[in-house]
Amino acid sequence: MSVTTEQVESRVVETLASFGPDASQITRSATFEELDIDSLDLVELAQVVEEDYGVVLKGEDMKELKTVGDAIDMIVERAG
Amino acid sequence: MPETETETVSARAGGARARGRTGCALVTGASRGIGAAVARALARDGWAVGVNYRSGADAAAGVVSAIEDEGGRALAVAGDVVDPATPDRLFATLEAEFEHPVLALVNNAGVSDDDLTPSMSDAAWDAVIDTDLSAAFRMMRRALRPMMRARCGRIVNVASVVGLRANPGQPNYAAAKAGLIALTKNTAVEVARRGVTVNAVAPGLIETDMTAQLDGDLLARVPARRAGTPEEVAACVRFLVSEEAGYVTGSVLSVDGGLAA
Ligand SMILES: NC(=O)c1ccc[n+]([C@@H]2O[C@H](COP(=O)([O-])OP(=O)(O)OC[C@H]3O[C@@H](n4cnc5c(N)ncnc54)[C@H](OP(=O)(O)O)[C@@H]3O)[C@@H](O)[C@H]2O)c1
Repeated sequence: MSVTTEQVESRVVETLASFGPDASQITRSATFEELDIDSLDLVELAQVVEEDYGVVLKGEDMKELKTVGDAIDMIVERAG
Repeated sequence: MPETETETVSARAGGARARGRTGCALVTGASRGIGAAVARALARDGWAVGVNYRSGADAAAGVVSAIEDEGGRALAVAGDVVDPATPDRLFATLEAEFEHPVLALVNNAGVSDDDLTPSMSDAAWDAVIDTDLSAAFRMMRRALRPMMRARCGRIVNVASVVGLRANPGQPNYAAAKAGLIALTKNTAVEVARRGVTVNAVAPGLIETDMTAQLDGDLLARVPARRAGTPEEVAACVRFLVSEEAGYVTGSVLSVDGGLAA
């Protein structure tokens, strides 16, 4: 089953919004730092991604991610 | 028990509420001793309880029937907590049976194998660290996934007074229990804002199979001048698991007749 970028994008935005930031602030170029998304939030995002798309994101993968777009691109690439 | 009361308990037993969410509970090493008392206490609070055991299948079945006789729900689940594959298997079994995530975990399974440090074998060291510390870590790691997602959860680790104060002849047990207390505090701080609490109880001398061999020396050091009962430890665990204890996290509750004071 292949997933579209749009599907991943909406799932990522929905998940990040559940951690606090307003959905309108969560754009592709927004950084996790600006959004006040910390390492525990990223661990939970990785868990959602694993459950929904079977993509395993490790601690070191997450460290490289700076923006919301980075995360979406990595998930789409690995799910494809 | 009057029938109406039984019905009320059974209706709740599908999964008790922790902050408005329904979930089930898992108690490791619940076939006897403190774990059995904890399983029964949580069931009385309306939790559907997984009664884990390693070898005591008959004893675990006895705990399950005692809970069912009181109108509660329980399932005996075999599994050596030292095996790294056990957490996933136990959680999957309970989620399927009770149709709710595990939102309360009590890490109670524990062993001791006493000796003085200069003569302790590697095997005795490893067995106690593996069971009393590493296994609890792996259970917690697995439990936190659904708890973080649910924004609520309760973890209670059964430590010991020996994790707080020295007891010559138990270096492995002391190190494991002190480690368990440090793990409790660290994880509590990591996940506090997700509504998950992580606490420990530190029992003193409690009347169970584990302490059946002890002589009277230790008893003389207990200010209360008596051993505690598994039910007295269970009452503390029950409180820490309750909704009312939502603001208690990273704490160690001593249940020891004053031994650690
Ligand atoms: N009794 C005390 O005075 C005292 C004081 C302080 C702290 N504690 C702590 O309280 C906890 C319970 O102690 P207790 O006195 O109730 O012990 P107990 O009477 O010896 O019972 C131990 C329980 O743990 C289970 N267990 C042991 N190893 C296991 C494993 N690898 N996997 C799964 N289950 C396992 C046993 O199951 P099976 O019988 O099926 O093998 C049994 O149900 C322990 O963590 C202990 O360190 C006890």
